[in-house]
Amino acid sequence: MNVPADAGLQPAAMAIPEEGYFQLEQGRYGPIFPRTPANYGFTIIAKIKPGTADAIRAYGKVLEKIVRDDPHAFAVLQLHYLRWVLFNIEDKTFFMYQGIFDTDFDKYTEDAVALFHKLGVDTVFENLEEFPADWKTNVPAFIKFVRDHQCPSFLEYGEYPYAPSAEIKKALAVKRALSVMLDETQ
Amino acid sequence: MSPDDLSGSTRRAFLGSATAATALTLASSAGAEQTPTMVHGPDPTKLAQLKTNPAAEPPSAPKPGDWTKPSAMAIPKEGYFQLEQGRYGPIFPRTPANYGFTIIAKIKPGREATVREYGGTIEKAVREQPDVLAPLRLHYLRWVIFDVGSGPHFMYQGIFDTDFDKYLEDAVALFVKTGINTVFVNLEGWPDDWKTNVPAVIKFFRDHQRPSFLEYGEYPYVSADEVKKALRVKGALSAMLDQMQ
Amino acid sequence: MASQPPTMLEFDDIQHIVLTRVPAITGRYEFLSFGEPSRGRRWLAGIIEKIESAQAAAARMEAQNRWVSVAFTWTGLRALGLNEASLASFPEEFRQGMPARWQVLGDTGANHPDHWIEGISGPELHAIAILFARNATERQRSTQEHQAYLARTPGVKILSSLDIDAIPPFDYARDHFGYRDRLSQLEIEGTGIEPTPGSGPPIKAGEFILGYPDEDGPPVGLPQPDILSRNGTYMAYRRLQEHVGAFREFLRTHGDTPEEQEWVAAKLMGRWRSGAPLALAPDKDDPGLAADPQRNNNFTYAKSDPYGYATPLGSHIRRMNPRDTAVNMQRRRMIRRGATYGPPLAEDAPEDGVDRGVAAFVLCASLVRQFEFAQNVWINDPNFHELGNDRDPIIGAQDGTFDMTIPKRPVRRKIRGLPAFTTVRSGAYFFLPGIGALRYLATLSESGR
Repeated sequence: MNVPADAGLQPAAMAIPEEGYFQLEQGRYGPIFPRTPANYGFTIIAKIKPGTADAIRAYGKVLEKIVRDDPHAFAVLQLHYLRWVLFNIEDKTFFMYQGIFDTDFDKYTEDAVALFHKLGVDTVFENLEEFPADWKTNVPAFIKFVRDHQCPSFLEYGEYPYAPSAEIKKALAVKRALSVMLDETQ
Repeated sequence: MSPDDLSGSTRRAFLGSATAATALTLASSAGAEQTPTMVHGPDPTKLAQLKTNPAAEPPSAPKPGDWTKPSAMAIPKEGYFQLEQGRYGPIFPRTPANYGFTIIAKIKPGREATVREYGGTIEKAVREQPDVLAPLRLHYLRWVIFDVGSGPHFMYQGIFDTDFDKYLEDAVALFVKTGINTVFVNLEGWPDDWKTNVPAVIKFFRDHQRPSFLEYGEYPYVSADEVKKALRVKGALSAMLDQMQ
Repeated sequence: MASQPPTMLEFDDIQHIVLTRVPAITGRYEFLSFGEPSRGRRWLAGIIEKIESAQAAAARMEAQNRWVSVAFTWTGLRALGLNEASLASFPEEFRQGMPARWQVLGDTGANHPDHWIEGISGPELHAIAILFARNATERQRSTQEHQAYLARTPGVKILSSLDIDAIPPFDYARDHFGYRDRLSQLEIEGTGIEPTPGSGPPIKAGEFILGYPDEDGPPVGLPQPDILSRNGTYMAYRRLQEHVGAFREFLRTHGDTPEEQEWVAAKLMGRWRSGAPLALAPDKDDPGLAADPQRNNNFTYAKSDPYGYATPLGSHIRRMNPRDTAVNMQRRRMIRRGATYGPPLAEDAPEDGVDRGVAAFVLCASLVRQFEFAQNVWINDPNFHELGNDRDPIIGAQDGTFDMTIPKRPVRRKIRGLPAFTTVRSGAYFFLPGIGALRYLATLSESGR
């Protein structure tokens, strides 16, 4: 979908049909999900295997440390934000992976799988029900799992719509450089 | 307790996908309470490398202006590191993804289509007045309808720049003014007297909030205002340079 | 079933302090504790005749020399014998009391209730008797009269008291830092008084007086029974010590000349010390403007000063009333009463360590929504207006680590490490009943009804 000319200057909202797309456009692993004012993203929800909540929660600390040691560890994912949640509905516990990013769904999933594998944290997904047993060698199965567990939004809103995170970081750098320059002229 | 409904009545190929081909999962679900499932915790070697007890260390205070390093923060189960009293309840801390919430509530029977229509309502409201949601201090907002076997549920994901407690009253006033609040009347547990009972509305949001246990921000702790200012500065600079050609 | 809310204000039932400013230059607060409920009720029964309604006070203003108000804490209502069901119908924050809400209010460090004086932070504080007097002679007479009365009503004791005094000259109200006070006046719908230009439209009575429709509609959730809540309101008491020496030292540090020092003082407050608003007099003081009520409050920010070049975004008056740069403003207004205490410090005198400051009341229909919101979100949030590390420079909880940002072209000025000019020394949440409610409380039976 084309990004409007004045993108990024005015907040925007977009309502999205139930399927998650406006017209069916085939991607490599399934339908393409369009870019919205909240860029690309997903909400993956999967039931966790009984008794695994604490183990899953412990990965929070692992990822925190990975990023502290190497802030650019997740650069390939082109993220804005990522949130992992554990929640209950009735007596069942679910894991949720919310991501807002600048690369399309399938590419993100491939990159994420490869990255988590490299960092050794892909094991967190083994705690999810229905996770493919041959996930180590069967990346398409991994991707299918993710797609099958994606819950598309029916409304997305962005305060600075369509602005990619790389653009934002560049802009912040420019503003800071200008600020420093002005300070020097005092 | 009834066994988890893996194959069942769900809608869009969610859990009911026929490709749940893993016999492993199907088998392990049945006696799950009795036979402990294999729990996949993080590699002990990795955990040993963490220098402190993961249980309750508060992170170091965010350094304003240090958005250059993406940052991740693990959060305890309660949603906060130490109990800090806000006007209406505990304060959830600022993370590299700023402030935010994930509100999940069951949709009243038969109301799913009504809820879904509100997507169009909000889209229109923002198109007509782009700054209509300004009091919410949002970066992003996403509304989701999902069903994990217990009927359709509504989820409100928000990433914003003000803690839950400070501006919830203004948010509720905004919802009343714009009619957004009427989507919530379709959710179970929403107070009947919502129009006049702001504390009850606040309680609904707090009760239905699901805190994250991990949050990551690519440009951590930067507010939406800062982002917009920076984008405008960069845009103005570009335009200026064009004129210098 | 709740009775229909009245549409006309019941001036003869509302305590005068809610609606009137009286020509008093002295006064006294007495913080009281009741022994046994019947004693407290007896004291109250005898004092009711001294408490004037707004109507009575207005009628007798010229002839009257002293004005009395009475209010109760939640434990005080219980100490009078109010039944548990009624007690439970009061709002959460009022029941907790101000000391327990320290984290919400930002009362940290030296401001923390552990360091409060006056001995009123515990449950034994039951009531406050507020005296405003036309002059010192009248204050003394009234104080003696109350002492004599207490001797006749054993079982009621004074936990502590505070004399309040306006700072001379008495042409207008000022605080110990030298700032003119009481320039922003809200008006309540139904009083017939038109707000001065810039003060905003009249506010629905229910924002300040229980039992009337507020800006959201008919009143809800009122304490029960109706007779108890009708025409009452809540009152937050705050005693702030003003560190005049530190303040003057600060001005001298950041301004080389008297003009520059006045400019710094103005940037902290949002008005010159004369009272002239920076919004209308951004570069030079204008005492004539300050003295003219038709002009001195007639300004907004959103269009004329969005970046705070005239009135800094974090200055005191801009925090206490963001005017058209905040939403829901009609639900955030508060009535302020009270006065200064302690001897003024002469202009050229060094800091003498004497306790001086303001002992003020904030009146509103919802402490959590109005008073606590202002403290929590406007005064003590370092990120108010995205400033990052700034709290209110005058009354925010300052510990030397916060800044004051003064927007300026081309680059803003940031004063780092603001000292504390004020410290919270005491405070409490009170319920100020209507006259009929006072009678109800004075005649509670043993069963608390």
